[in-house]
Amino acid sequence: MSTRIATGGRLTDRTKQVDFAFNGKRLKGIQGDTLASALLANDQMLVGRSFKYHRPRGIVASGSEEPNALMNLGRGARFEPNQRATTTELFDGLEAHSQNHWPSLEFDIGAVNGPMARFLPAGFYYKTFIHPRPFWKHIYEPFIRQSAGLGKAPDAETKDADTYEHYYHFTDVLILGGGVAGLQAAQVAAASGVRVTLLEQSAHWGGRAPVDGGTINEQDPDVWVANTIAALQQMPNVTVRTRCMGAGVYDHGYVLGYERLTDHAPEAKGPRHRLWRIRASQVICATGAIERPLSFAGNDIPGVMLASAVRDYATNYAVAAGDRTVVVTNNDDAYRTALTLHAAGLSIPAIIDVRAGIADSPLIAQARAAGIRIEQGRAIAKVKGGKRVTGVVICAQAGSGGSLDDIDCDAVAMSGGWSPVVHLWSHCGGKLHWDTAQAMFRPDAERAPTGAEGTPFVACAGAADGYFALQEILNDATETALKSVTQCGGSVSEQPQTQGHSLPEAPLAPVWLMPQGATHDRRAKAWLDFQNDVKVTDVQLAAREGYESVEHTKRYTTLGMATDQGKLSNINGLAILSDALGADIPAVGTTTFRPPYTPISMGSIAGEARGDLFQPIRKTPMHDWHEAHGAHWEPVGHWRRPYCYQKAGESVDEAVHREVMATRNSLGLLDASTLGKIVVKGPDAGRFLDMMYTNMMSTLKVGRCRYGLMCSENGFLSDDGVVARIDDDTWLCHTTTGGADRIHAHMEEWLQTEWWDWKVYTANVTEQYAQIGVVGPKARAVLEKLGGMDVGANALSFMGWADGTLGGFPVRAYRISFSGELSYEIAVPAHQGRALWDRLLEAGAEFNATPYGTEALHIMRAEKGFIMIGDETDGTIIPQDLGLDWAISKKKEDYLGKRAQQRSHMTDPARWKLVGLETLDGSVLPDGSYAIGSGSNANGQAVVQGRVTSTYHSPTLGRGIAMGLLLNGPDRLGDVVPLNKTDGSTVEAKVVSPVFFDPDGEKQNV
Amino acid sequence: MSNSQIPVTQSFDGVVEVLALPAQGMVTLRGDLADERLREAVNDTVGVEVPLVRRADFQDARGVIWMSPDELLLIVGAGQGAAIADRLQTSLAGGHALAVDVSDARVVFELRGRRLREVIAKLAPVDMSPDAFTPGDFRRTRFGQIAAAFWLVDDTCARVICFRSVADYMFGMLCHAADPAAELIVY
Repeated sequence: MSTRIATGGRLTDRTKQVDFAFNGKRLKGIQGDTLASALLANDQMLVGRSFKYHRPRGIVASGSEEPNALMNLGRGARFEPNQRATTTELFDGLEAHSQNHWPSLEFDIGAVNGPMARFLPAGFYYKTFIHPRPFWKHIYEPFIRQSAGLGKAPDAETKDADTYEHYYHFTDVLILGGGVAGLQAAQVAAASGVRVTLLEQSAHWGGRAPVDGGTINEQDPDVWVANTIAALQQMPNVTVRTRCMGAGVYDHGYVLGYERLTDHAPEAKGPRHRLWRIRASQVICATGAIERPLSFAGNDIPGVMLASAVRDYATNYAVAAGDRTVVVTNNDDAYRTALTLHAAGLSIPAIIDVRAGIADSPLIAQARAAGIRIEQGRAIAKVKGGKRVTGVVICAQAGSGGSLDDIDCDAVAMSGGWSPVVHLWSHCGGKLHWDTAQAMFRPDAERAPTGAEGTPFVACAGAADGYFALQEILNDATETALKSVTQCGGSVSEQPQTQGHSLPEAPLAPVWLMPQGATHDRRAKAWLDFQNDVKVTDVQLAAREGYESVEHTKRYTTLGMATDQGKLSNINGLAILSDALGADIPAVGTTTFRPPYTPISMGSIAGEARGDLFQPIRKTPMHDWHEAHGAHWEPVGHWRRPYCYQKAGESVDEAVHREVMATRNSLGLLDASTLGKIVVKGPDAGRFLDMMYTNMMSTLKVGRCRYGLMCSENGFLSDDGVVARIDDDTWLCHTTTGGADRIHAHMEEWLQTEWWDWKVYTANVTEQYAQIGVVGPKARAVLEKLGGMDVGANALSFMGWADGTLGGFPVRAYRISFSGELSYEIAVPAHQGRALWDRLLEAGAEFNATPYGTEALHIMRAEKGFIMIGDETDGTIIPQDLGLDWAISKKKEDYLGKRAQQRSHMTDPARWKLVGLETLDGSVLPDGSYAIGSGSNANGQAVVQGRVTSTYHSPTLGRGIAMGLLLNGPDRLGDVVPLNKTDGSTVEAKVVSPVFFDPDGEKQNV
Repeated sequence: MSNSQIPVTQSFDGVVEVLALPAQGMVTLRGDLADERLREAVNDTVGVEVPLVRRADFQDARGVIWMSPDELLLIVGAGQGAAIADRLQTSLAGGHALAVDVSDARVVFELRGRRLREVIAKLAPVDMSPDAFTPGDFRRTRFGQIAAAFWLVDDTCARVICFRSVADYMFGMLCHAADPAAELIVY
């Protein structure tokens, strides 16, 4: 059984007890524990069920490579699935639930999959569930989803209780990993004076060295680590962070750091996670290495763990994985585990070393001296046990697994050698080479990720670079740091001298299957990928079925595709595949590592962008008034505009109806502040605007306004608005609400890239002004009541503008109309907008002044047959389609879109053209309704001859009105066409002029 | 009628103090920044020379800010924007330049405190280290999802400008970044 050892635990404080719960059971840990170490201390060896076969699974590792111990953590608004117990720091009140079992962890119905495993090999789902086709969606997939899956999704009704933030950081040398290599690289780089940033994913500095032993500068590694980090923290050019993982390395030295601030103290105030968005000149990956499992039958039974993890738990947390631990290895390093456990007074029944006839290295000699039984040339034939290890069967590595001995034990510490953590090196294109002697992929410094200059910007140091002896690690880190500093333009005059000493080791034996000739039965129980339940036989089957590419095999078998991204399984699976293909490992190659290194929270990605800060909401100077007066909001770009203002007890339709009628009959007020306003000035401004608009703007007289259309160079209608000529060389261009920034950028692009020698300046002054539409028969009366300037028909005629004052406000009044009514738009400096609005309401009270929203605006423009960008246009419409030929200059040599509009498809008489549509029964046509033609097309669909672009109930006319595009439309006035409805039926509508109301403009021209 | 109405009147006391400043006069001037006539006109009207690239130079409350190779932002007294723009238009008449009053288009926030570098770097992708960004430095950038610009008055005071319509969003973000529980010490 796993248990707490009586003394020790370098990361824990056993005077401080921590209470937590696992599957509802109350358990006790001590301060400094991880959830994994605390579970083991409580003999909780079974922590979950496997993904596919629902096999019992225990803790395998001690770090971020852990495949099995994934937990549903927390509850309610702080619930999060798939959290690794090995990287979860224990805190008081922690609640964890194991995943992927039903009804309980101890008794799982899904485990029937286990005996069925021979019927569920790689590709089983693909082969079995492909026919009949519709079954996948309706039967197979829902069923499989229920039996598969890891953690639970959070309750849809809850909201994450925590906050998150980003931080933009710039540094010269960024070092990822705070072990011996990272610390040494940091102190070398820091000595040069360049900016150094050092990130460590765990809460502790020093990495493996304090556990693995040896000396640095003739001291315990812990002492050197503490002194070094203390010195670094004092340096002004150094930034260090713990609990901050290098998550991804991207182009141009962009690196994401994932800082977990309060995961270990969820009740603490402040952001839970902080995403560091880093620009680094040079990146050093000092990310260490991950130990590999060995592939033998039953290697997934709880109690079988990585030898390094067994050592970590004993040294760091004073936790014994078992009372009797068998060590199985192909290298010397695992002997350290045996020696550590032995020193702690635990029993080591045997060290099973697959290497035959090797001479005693210092570590082997120490084990022998300690009296530990060492079996060389031996292997584990199989592990005995179900929910926990009860023993191992020993065989010769060279054979097929014939039993030589049975050893009782309750834990197995396995070591298949080490793989450098090259993930971050690979993210941005760093290549690897195969080191045959150490049987591992190492970074190939000749093929490093390169930056904009074509020079390397990522390097690896220490174990991540394939060095494992302390002196080699220190030397490599020093050398790497010096190179990085040089790349940053710095230099180091005095190098910090660091001497490391660790015991020399005998070479490992590359062993990928145990025993070498394991039978099919045994191979079918030898797990490669614990999280995705991929076995040796699955990869061999894939190879037999022709999956020669490692990328294809990965997808076919799902090897390495789980949340751990194959940290333990990749190399072992690759080795099995290459063996099955009869190829060398480097010839088969690796899959590609992609960011993030381990999953990062969605919250950290969102940062501050949630709740009120989810998206910027643009507000006009009158926004608060609207909000206080029942505004039913409509998003327009990032603006919020009132769709209508609902009075108490009023429906949206009723409010819209009231607003239209009040405006038509007396006086309406519109907040038009959101319309874009761009000043265009310069000797070439007129010429420039003649190019931007389809009609002539250069001939516009000072004091006058003209409606203009803007097209893209492909001829399609892009924006419209009223242009006013301010003085000889200045024009003011109004754009649509959503078009202001886009049209300003459009103008600047043409000025900066094409007509850079034209003398034109533009300025976007949209937000400088509040603009109020004063609309209706009483518009002039209310302005005259305010007084200050002549707004009479002669002084300010239709399509004129004038500067002056109204009620003491400095204004620019435009006599323009988008409603067909007598109408003014009054621009005033934004800070006075609200005051003018209030004044107009007050003065207009006797005229029933009625603020109206965007829907009333839309209806009134539709009644007049005015087009709306985004309704009548959709990026495929040219002005000619909309009968706007009058707004296209025939005199101009050129304008943007002119040549495109002369292309044959654009001049095709069969293009649908704008008409008005009146239903015979007066009903409102559905939005987007199609005019049905006769017959059907090649796809068996009904032929259509047009479509509705705008459709409303007109309060003025008391009936439905619509605009639409119709084949030969303008020639078909009076025709009746059928339009489809959402219920499948059609409604008949008469083709009419799009101007439904006051076609002669008598109301606006008074 | 009030001329000093400011769209955001809150202040927040966190890692740094966040203050919405009262209205100021602001003028956008576009033109050839190397042109002697323009440089003189700027100095005559504002009392500050045309600054170097990405700099904000101030003489008391009046300042000239480099916005782009052909654009300056002039900071003048409250209510003076329109008059200054007119004066510039007049003195630069006949040449090619554009001066417009943008006093109402923008709002100004002030951050005060030792940790303003870290607070800004939570929202803007700018190198805020003391060597890289010194008092008088100016940057057009973004804060969160909006266009913004800022300059360092001194080591404990920065001013941030953004468009008026997103003042609430900017204030909310600055408060979030200045949350005392989120204090971050890098510089």
